[in-house]
Amino acid sequence: MFYRLSGTYHTSYQADRKLWKIPTDRRLVIALLVLALLAPLYVSPLYLGSYVLPWVIWSAAALSLTLLMGLAGQLHFGFAAVMAIGAYASIHLVRAGVPFELALLLSGLIAAVIGAVFGGAALRVKGLYLVMATLAMQYLVDWVVVNIPAISGGAHATLRTPAVSFLFMPIDSLASRYWLALGWAVLLTVFFMNVKRTSFGRALVAIRDKDFAAAVIGVDPFKTKLMAFFTSSFMGGVTGAILAFCFYRAVTPEQFGFNVSIQLVAMVLVGGLGSVIGSWLGAGFVLLAPIFLTNIISALAASGWVPVSQNFLSHLPLMIYGAMIIGFLLLEPLGLAKIYDNIRKYFLVWPFRHARS
Amino acid sequence: MAYFLELLISGALTGLMYSLVALGFVLIYKSAGVPNLAQGALVMTAGYAVWLVMSWGLSVWIAIPIAAAIMFGFGLVVERLLLRRMVGQPVIMVVMLTLGLEILLRGLVPGVLGSAPKPIDLGIGFAPIIVGDVFINRTSLYGGIIALLLVGASLLFFRTRLGTKLRAVSDDHVSSWAVGISVERAIGISWGLAGIAAVVAGALWGSSQGVDWTLSTLLFPAVAVVILGGVDSVPGVVVGGILVGVLGTVIPGYLDSIAGGSTRDVVTSLIILLTIMVRPFGIFGREDIERI
Repeated sequence: MFYRLSGTYHTSYQADRKLWKIPTDRRLVIALLVLALLAPLYVSPLYLGSYVLPWVIWSAAALSLTLLMGLAGQLHFGFAAVMAIGAYASIHLVRAGVPFELALLLSGLIAAVIGAVFGGAALRVKGLYLVMATLAMQYLVDWVVVNIPAISGGAHATLRTPAVSFLFMPIDSLASRYWLALGWAVLLTVFFMNVKRTSFGRALVAIRDKDFAAAVIGVDPFKTKLMAFFTSSFMGGVTGAILAFCFYRAVTPEQFGFNVSIQLVAMVLVGGLGSVIGSWLGAGFVLLAPIFLTNIISALAASGWVPVSQNFLSHLPLMIYGAMIIGFLLLEPLGLAKIYDNIRKYFLVWPFRHARS
Repeated sequence: MAYFLELLISGALTGLMYSLVALGFVLIYKSAGVPNLAQGALVMTAGYAVWLVMSWGLSVWIAIPIAAAIMFGFGLVVERLLLRRMVGQPVIMVVMLTLGLEILLRGLVPGVLGSAPKPIDLGIGFAPIIVGDVFINRTSLYGGIIALLLVGASLLFFRTRLGTKLRAVSDDHVSSWAVGISVERAIGISWGLAGIAAVVAGALWGSSQGVDWTLSTLLFPAVAVVILGGVDSVPGVVVGGILVGVLGTVIPGYLDSIAGGSTRDVVTSLIILLTIMVRPFGIFGREDIERI
């Protein structure tokens, strides 16, 4: 149909190395990028601020986590704690007079160092034990943030982000906050697509598939895993700072609790491990599907079609959420990315049956 | 001194109550090799089941067996519908599946049955037992004794014919198939048994703090117990439980006033981290456990 191909054929190495090998894909990406850049012009501020902006930021967070979970195969159940470190570090740095651009980088570095320390502690172990160690990290960081008044400003305090400007653009209006978040998310996306093709990315994949086999071919498992934790935590830390400055603007410890970590893992899994498009789709799906379903059912309940209590409605997001995780694991373990891939492959050579992508 | 003794005893008893929750985790891990992150939610569901049966007007001694039967069936259903399709998948898939189950139950059960705390009256009474200067909580005392009995019973159970089959399944699925053991049924039974352990834990914890969703947060101390004691060790549950309970009560008893509260989670986290760094297979666990 719109691809108008009989298959994908490359006649030069250069054509084969391109990020988007098919012209239609390239055009699609450019169109989406233009649409995303112009979003403040045609999306109403309500939708931009409460749906599109969080979607962009959580996609960046899912991309950071999927580097660790999807490429390197290391589970992390405390990623919200990494983002909390980034968020709090950036706010305190800006308050101490550090320029915002530098504060973003420094907060990412702080998050990366702390994340790599916990990762290093957990690197002797795999699977279940790594889950438990990162879970412990989540609780420890939570406790430190809540109980040290110098960080959180007191147990139940909210910390307002100071006014900042990024590269001489003041980050005050909704559009500027959106553009900053979009810029970071696009940067991460491009980085992620390219890191898969570097020696570092291939080392990560080798570690994921079998770590001692990777050691045999000369990849140092300990160093590579530590690098994975460091890189992923850096990305997560900066994303946390972006989340604080562009979306929340008043930070409390509960915004980075254990449930948020689980939500992030769900985004990565629902989207598809280690996939770029999966991170965007998964973040959007996990973020928006419960909201829409709850809205639909509460509308039905309000009109008297479905007899459900208020208590049931308030627990509905949790139910949808759990059912979503279970459903995807059982029915499509490769996630939304695989569903997208199936549809794309079908249309690639439509009306014929088989594609060689 | 009396304060320390009181913290020590109440910590040990609380720890034994944790080991009730941890027992279900170990039962499933020992036979199916599945880390069951839904055990906290199973305990909560079991607490609701006991409350529901009692709200029909039945006495607690009839309600607990009925709830146990319900939870045994629930465990079988979970294995049949969810876990059986996960055979041979990477451990992250299984962990996430049990986590999804945990989230689903935490929404579904309080959503349908009501989220306000429900009382369970086990007929134990609330007056503390006083020995010398030390006050002992009656519910935790009975809970501790029941935990010891239940752990003893599971130790004996693993020596019966069925228990031997479960141990064989935990060693190697394929070899068990080869000698004619139904692996699926064994795993199903282990989930059922974990459901029964959850009923005892749910009833006791429910009577001490009321049945609501917070019961599912028992997962975290239970995980610490399991990691410390060894993921595949039934006696480890008792030792780990007492250690986690004592450390998690005595240290906050002195530090909470200085550090500003809720140091219990910190102690639990540190126990998990230190165990994983020093001795990942726990006190009584088998060393090859590291390979999962």
